[in-house]
Amino acid sequence: MSHLTDLPSWAAIAVCGLLLLGAAMTLIGSLGLLRLPSFYDRLHAPTIATSGGTILICLASMLCFAVLQSRWIFHELLIIFFVIVTTPVTLMLLGQAALYRDRVENRADVPRRPKPVAEPDTE
Amino acid sequence: MRAWLPYPLFSIALFLMWLLLNQSVAPGSIIVGVFLSALLGWVMVKLQPTRSRLHRLGLMGGLALTVAADIIRSNVAVAGIILRARGRPANTGFMSVDVDLENENALALLACILTATPGTAWLEYDRRRKSLLIHVLDIDNEDLWRRTVKRYAAGLKEILE
Repeated sequence: MSHLTDLPSWAAIAVCGLLLLGAAMTLIGSLGLLRLPSFYDRLHAPTIATSGGTILICLASMLCFAVLQSRWIFHELLIIFFVIVTTPVTLMLLGQAALYRDRVENRADVPRRPKPVAEPDTE
Repeated sequence: MRAWLPYPLFSIALFLMWLLLNQSVAPGSIIVGVFLSALLGWVMVKLQPTRSRLHRLGLMGGLALTVAADIIRSNVAVAGIILRARGRPANTGFMSVDVDLENENALALLACILTATPGTAWLEYDRRRKSLLIHVLDIDNEDLWRRTVKRYAAGLKEILE
């Protein structure tokens, strides 16, 4: 059984650095949810956590267990892949819902619904 | 190959994913993986996803590197914007970009790239006008964002269409 204390110091430093950076990114993303003024601005904040935070923390995990078990470990790449592929779904859903609401309320700071180029007669 | 596997790339990706999840290349997991990926390839036929062939595979590496560099850069930039949000609020705003992509897979990939890059949020794509409405955190560099999105779109168009 391998223990974290078996980690050589160069790997420990690298893993700590990646982990702290990733955690900091996630924290900044959450902080952004609090600090940014409008809904559309706040859409950007969680993407920092899902891209930067996830990638850094998964890299730290890969490095740590690859060194401990002295073999290549890649299955964290799947986490990165699936998080990146599924985030747009929720993000678009939230964005379109906000856009729809603001257009219905005729808010001035939101772009108008684009006029159709031609009359849609085939629908 | 198509007679056996309707979606070869999809089946290969599933097979690799199975091996990664199992973390083994033992004969048992390879057999189950081949069986599963072939079976799910046939299930995909019912879902009828848009087919697209990959062209110019050499470009994919370049595009991936650009995306990685952009992700790192924009992570740092957006972290900076959030940390100094109180002092000097960033200029945020909407912008629309003309994106000439027909292929659904290319559009989906573009959405993934734009979302993984903090600072740009995909809001709406108008198929008829082929224009994409995005919200950016840093509207001062509007031309830069426009160029970036167009570059991605051009790259994806060459690879997938």
